[in-house]
Amino acid sequence: MNAPVHTQLALRHSYFEASARSRVAQLLDAGSFREFLPPEVSQPSPHLAVLGIPGAFDDGVIVGSGQLGGKPVLLIAQEGQFMGGAVGEIHGAKIVGLLRRAIVERPAAVVFMVDSGGVRLHEANAGLIAISEIMRAVLDTRAAGVPVIALVGGSCGAFGGMGIVSRLCSAIVMSEEGRLALSGPEVIETVAGVEEFDSKDRALVWRVTGGKHRYLTGDCAELVEDDAASFRQSTIDLLAGLTEPAPGSSALRTEQKRLTQRRERFAGMRDGLEVWAAMGMARPAEVSLMDRDSLVAAKKGLPA
Amino acid sequence: MKLIEILNALFPAGHEVGTFGQLIAGTAQTSSSTVAVLGTTDAAAIGHDIALGLAGRILDIVDQHPGRPIVFLVDTKGQALSRAEELLCLNGSLAHLARCVDLARRQGHVSVALVTGEAVSGGFLSFGLMADKTYALADAQVRVMDLKAMARVTKIAHERLVELAGSSPTFAPGAENYLSMGALEAIWDAPTAALLESALDQRVAKGLLVDGRMDAGRERGGRSLAAQTVAAVLAA
Repeated sequence: MNAPVHTQLALRHSYFEASARSRVAQLLDAGSFREFLPPEVSQPSPHLAVLGIPGAFDDGVIVGSGQLGGKPVLLIAQEGQFMGGAVGEIHGAKIVGLLRRAIVERPAAVVFMVDSGGVRLHEANAGLIAISEIMRAVLDTRAAGVPVIALVGGSCGAFGGMGIVSRLCSAIVMSEEGRLALSGPEVIETVAGVEEFDSKDRALVWRVTGGKHRYLTGDCAELVEDDAASFRQSTIDLLAGLTEPAPGSSALRTEQKRLTQRRERFAGMRDGLEVWAAMGMARPAEVSLMDRDSLVAAKKGLPA
Repeated sequence: MKLIEILNALFPAGHEVGTFGQLIAGTAQTSSSTVAVLGTTDAAAIGHDIALGLAGRILDIVDQHPGRPIVFLVDTKGQALSRAEELLCLNGSLAHLARCVDLARRQGHVSVALVTGEAVSGGFLSFGLMADKTYALADAQVRVMDLKAMARVTKIAHERLVELAGSSPTFAPGAENYLSMGALEAIWDAPTAALLESALDQRVAKGLLVDGRMDAGRERGGRSLAAQTVAAVLAA
């Protein structure tokens, strides 16, 4: 098991840099993936064609079925390298179709590999409505007892409506490189000015939207290294213990309390460093240098 | 139209609706029952405070007034744009609000949303588009982004977008586009008690949680690929 260091490095596949198809192949049990609507039976978006923009036969999202650690799953993988993974009419409908299929087929879970800036502006209305349909479909799938696990670690992160969708899922697995938020830093900078949010300050962007921050504040369930094998193992581990209780007000009351208290506790703060200090991290400035395991251990040691 | 005029028109039998900043909340009488009224006014930007304020009130309605119908009045220019809001995961608070609306629907609360002013992006997603049925007043502005900003971001000439908007409902602002694509149930020339009560009754008659918006979009000719694609995924 103790492979030489250079071999270990060679075995690591950055999830952040990988294409959606390569992520799917590395996440699932070898050879188990079956794609629904593969490119040869799909059509690119006519809404892009009319604008003279080249389309993709899969419209930037892959849906299908496979096995994960021997359990049947349905899977969605957005391709951040096509139109920023943004949701148009066909893209969104493929996701809705997959989620509705899960209600019929009842797999162990739906794995949702999110990599998206949100609504595709070229199909703005269709994209917004599709995201609303995805939101309801995620909640319908969960209400039917099928967990939906979001993986956030792609180059486009999970922004806009896809940030909302991710937080509607049963659990989020995130890498440090992953980003999860509503408005992108560029949008805030454009509207409110560079003093409000300097989108070119990468360290700041990660302290506000990145995986370590979201993990420390409990907005994602698991933090993993940026490699496909870590996402795979973490998802398998989550699957083992995840159940979907019937929707009810008690769980939402607990969340309401958590969000309300947090709003008061961290009022006026504008940087992850302030939040981590207030949470009791002894040396918040070192968070960005910590490896995944050290950060997970540090979080366990924080006062309740 | 001013909020008070809208409330008077919708609820001639009486209403007790307060404004808390840009959040509105209270109760009103229809000819058959008491309904809860919730929403936003003056093109509110939805941040944590409004999202949690609405969510908490929905949970109170679910726990204390089982079955009470909910009327959402929507006037939002979108999500609040600030670093402090994003630092505390604004998408999470909007998701929480959406889950609370969804819970109310599942527990049998009829819900109707009426866009009275603006309905934009994240603010619209978090509650207006989560109701059973969504309606808009004739002068409502429903959009993701105006065409000038869209031209800047997409690097497509503004004139070209204006030209295409005449023949496609897919991207340009406008309540009519959302109607033809199935996201709005109807556009009202003016708010009236009769229209609202008919909207509340329709849901009772249908009694379904099924999301029929893409089927409506196909029937109305504004959005046909979505329903077709879902059917293909189910059959694959």
